[in-house]
Amino acid sequence: MDLTELYQSVILEHNKRPRNYAVLPTANRVAGGNNPVCGDEVTVYLRLEGDRIADISFQGAGCAISQAATSVMTLRLKGRTVAEAEAIFARFHDIVTQGKADEEDLDLSAFAGVHQFPARIKCAMLGWHAALHALHNDAAPATTE
Amino acid sequence: MKPPAPTPDWAALRADFPILHQTVHGRPLVYLDNGATTQKPRAVIAALTRYYEQDNANVHRAIHELSHRATTAYEAARARAAAFIHAPAPEEIIFTRGTTEGINLLAYALTPRLRRGDAILVTEMEHHSNLVPWQLLAARTGAQLRFVPVTGDDGRLDLRKLDELLSGPVRLFAFTHVSNTLGTINPAVELCARARQHGILTLVDAAQSAGHMPVDVQALGCDFLAFSGHKMAGPTGIGVLYGRRDLLEALDPFQGGGEMIASVQFEQSTWNKVPHKFEAGTPDIAGAIGLHAAMDYLDAIGRPAIAAHDAALAQDAYQRLRAVPGIRLLGPAGERGGLVSFALPNAHAHDVVTFADQEGVALRGGHHCTQPLLRKLGVPATTRASFYLYNTPAEVDRLVEVILLAAKFFAG
Repeated sequence: MDLTELYQSVILEHNKRPRNYAVLPTANRVAGGNNPVCGDEVTVYLRLEGDRIADISFQGAGCAISQAATSVMTLRLKGRTVAEAEAIFARFHDIVTQGKADEEDLDLSAFAGVHQFPARIKCAMLGWHAALHALHNDAAPATTE
Repeated sequence: MKPPAPTPDWAALRADFPILHQTVHGRPLVYLDNGATTQKPRAVIAALTRYYEQDNANVHRAIHELSHRATTAYEAARARAAAFIHAPAPEEIIFTRGTTEGINLLAYALTPRLRRGDAILVTEMEHHSNLVPWQLLAARTGAQLRFVPVTGDDGRLDLRKLDELLSGPVRLFAFTHVSNTLGTINPAVELCARARQHGILTLVDAAQSAGHMPVDVQALGCDFLAFSGHKMAGPTGIGVLYGRRDLLEALDPFQGGGEMIASVQFEQSTWNKVPHKFEAGTPDIAGAIGLHAAMDYLDAIGRPAIAAHDAALAQDAYQRLRAVPGIRLLGPAGERGGLVSFALPNAHAHDVVTFADQEGVALRGGHHCTQPLLRKLGVPATTRASFYLYNTPAEVDRLVEVILLAAKFFAG
């Protein structure tokens, strides 16, 4: 396994320059996520207008996989309905757990290498779980455990 | 005067550890996660096998030959553990599952002795296992926790206010001998002496010291001391809690069951003598026997020599890692235990550890079960390389090389 398969340039680039990395003052949904084993933390901010994610941002501290996966997520979920977001979540979950690349979405597919590193799957999913908690208005923080 | 011990043949000792001689991801294994657990020499593995193949039986109760052999070997391990830490008597050695269970045992047994308004003093550099049991004890009794602060990145205890912290209703001072995150060697003799002046009991967490340097409970002047077998070339599942005999005799039992009783009636029981009062149920007999072999192995080399060996590797690594641009090294620059802990500016510890693993180098990344300490220092996670007697200067070369590569890779 070549490390560049795990750390694709998309991931390294998003880690260095995360998108939508800010507190969202207009957010009406906020959810935290943490991995108690490694201490990675992420907070996802959403502004839900009706059924649609009008805006989304995040802040956090953690490894390149967790930060880049959350950064890419904000790009994918912005403007989507809750049902569409859930479908994208499921697709991303398949990519990181089974390595199923998605020709339609090269940025998400950049995370396909993660499935060969089972210890790192929870890193990739951390921000996504937090977003799902925010969408479902689940008060409990998302945790990888 | 004993004659000075001959310099150990480190390369020959390395051959005693079968697990080290393998490749990982196509590279020779460089095992630098000894702070988490150490590898086992053939002598320890053979002791376990011999016990299970020849002597296995339950201890203390049966009359037959195998039980006699198992009991003799188990109690010989206890006497060996007492000698290993210079405890006055074998009865002061309680076998536990490890350091964590030893500390929990003491915290539980102290419950009836603490009341609302009492205080327990710990330090900011404690492993969760020497913090959470005291939080639980405090919650049970209404006692308060107090903390000896850590100075900053150089990772020393700030002792300027120690007498203030030790005054008032403090019942116990629990502190680590060597920090698993910072590598700091705490002045345990002084800390125990200062606590004693205030009439306060002491517990030393020796998880990172017992197998790495001479540990003498009488020289330290501690009341309790806990360590784990698996962090000192012994098996997992076995550890020791040392306690002064008069204190152990006064404390209530931890768990109830077989072995720990003198007489049982339907409504009440009386307790066995120490240490059996604290060892309910069938103990880890094989573990104790394996630990005995580990203690023999370490003392045949000599713990002063092991301490010097580990410290030299750590010091070499510390000095050379300073050359990595932007690196933040934690813990004292001078005397330190056998580990280095650091954060890179552009690479999270988990990414560094994954990177190193692909190069065959086993490191640890994260908060090292010292979350409050890292939060205070403002570091989300560190990468740690921890050394033991079988590590070599060439492995330090490899560590530095891999960290430089990782820094470059993630800086992109």
